[in-house]
Amino acid sequence: MTIEEFIQLVEEEFDDLDPGLLLPESKFREKFEWNSINALILIAVVKTEYDVILTADDLIRSVTVQNLYDIVKGRIQE
Amino acid sequence: MALFSIPHVRIAGLAGAVPRTFRKTLDYSWISLRERQQLIQNVGVEQRRVAEKGMTTADLCYVAARQLIASLNWDAGSIDLLVFISQSGDYLVPPTSCILQDRLGLLKSCIAYDIGMGCSGYVYGLSAVGSMIATGAVKRTLMMVGDISTLTTSYKDKSSYPLFGDAGTATALEYSGEAPPLVFNLQTDGSGYQAIIIRDGRARHNLSRKSFGMKKISKGIIRSKLNLELDGIKIFNFSLREVVPNIKALLKHTGTELQDIDYIVFHQANKLINETLRKMLKAEKEKVPSSIQLYGNTSSASIPLTMITELRQQLSTGKQRLLLSAFGVGLSWGSVLLETDSIVCPEIMEY
Repeated sequence: MTIEEFIQLVEEEFDDLDPGLLLPESKFREKFEWNSINALILIAVVKTEYDVILTADDLIRSVTVQNLYDIVKGRIQE
Repeated sequence: MALFSIPHVRIAGLAGAVPRTFRKTLDYSWISLRERQQLIQNVGVEQRRVAEKGMTTADLCYVAARQLIASLNWDAGSIDLLVFISQSGDYLVPPTSCILQDRLGLLKSCIAYDIGMGCSGYVYGLSAVGSMIATGAVKRTLMMVGDISTLTTSYKDKSSYPLFGDAGTATALEYSGEAPPLVFNLQTDGSGYQAIIIRDGRARHNLSRKSFGMKKISKGIIRSKLNLELDGIKIFNFSLREVVPNIKALLKHTGTELQDIDYIVFHQANKLINETLRKMLKAEKEKVPSSIQLYGNTSSASIPLTMITELRQQLSTGKQRLLLSAFGVGLSWGSVLLETDSIVCPEIMEY
C-alpha cells in the first residue's frame, strides 16, 4: 500500500472530500467536519481494506494523513 | 472458547411488541441537521419506538407473550419455565419473571428467573433455556427478551440518545425429539465492562444526590451518572475484532459453509458496524436483514425483532437455517447456528 492508495481510499469513503484535496501533510481534522461518526467510518474502511484496527489513541495522536498512514502501514507489516 | 451444542430444542413461535410512540432522527434538534443526516446515513436509525412514561419492558413482553400463547394455542398451564432477559426490569427487587408468571396466569409449578443481560441476551438466553429443555426438566418454555433503553439515555448525549429504541419479545421454545441441535459459541471479556455502563444506582455506586448531576463530557455530550454511557470507538473496535472470528469458529466447528445458511441475523448495533461485519464475512446483503432503520438499537430484543419484522414470512412457511450473532455490553458476545421449521410468528404489535 502506498500513501497515494491510502489517500484515494479515504477520499472515496467520505462524501465531503473532493478528490485531490487530501495530501500526506494535510491535517485531516481540518479538511472536513471531523466528528465521532467520521472516526468510525475511517476505522471501518481501514479494518475492511487492510485488516488493521485503529484505536481511539491512534486517532488522538495522529495529526496528519501521513501519521495515520504510518500507523496502518506499520500494523500491516507486523 | 465455549463451543457446544444443545439437542432436542425447537423454536415453536416468536412474537414482539413495540411502543406506539416514535421519534424521528431528523427531529433531534440537539445536533445540527448535517449531523442528523450523517447519523441516518451511517448509524442507520431513521426512527425508533419510545416507551411512554410508566410503560416497562415487562409490559411489552407481556403483550407479546399473550399473543404468542394464543397463536400457538398453548394452555398457559402447560408452560413450565419462564425466563425474563433484560436490563430494565420492573423493580430492583423482586425478579420481573415472578411478576410475569402471575400476570400470565402460569402455574405455581412454573420455574421463573431473570437473566440480566443486554445486547447478547437473546443468544445467551437460548443457551440457558435450551439447556434446561435438553435435560428434560421442562418441556414448554417462554423466553421474554427486551429492553426499554430510552429511559436511561440523556437527551443531551448525542452518542446514545438517537441510537436506542424500545421493544419486548417472547419466544416459545419446546422439547422436540426430532429437532436439530442448536450450536453455540459464547464468549466474554469483562475487562471492557466500562465501554457500555450506567455507573450509579446499584451496589457499586449507590444512588446519591451526586448521581443526578448533569456533566458536560465533550461537545454534544451532557449526562449524569444515571444515564447510559457508550464508548463508541471501543465498542466499534471490539465488534470488528471479535464477532467475525467467533462466527468463523462456529462455522468451522460445525463444518458449515456460509452459503449453507439462509440468513445471518446480527444484533442491530448500528448500520456501520453491521455493514462492516457483513463485508468482512463476505455475505450477500439479501442474507443479512436489518431493522435498525425503523426501530433503532433495541438491545437484546434486536435479533428477535429483526426476525419478526424482516423474516416473518420465511420463518412461518418453511425450514430456515439461521445464524444469530449478538455482541455488546459486558463485554459479552456469541453466536448460534439453528434451524427453524414453520414457526408461529404473528406480526409485530404496537402497544
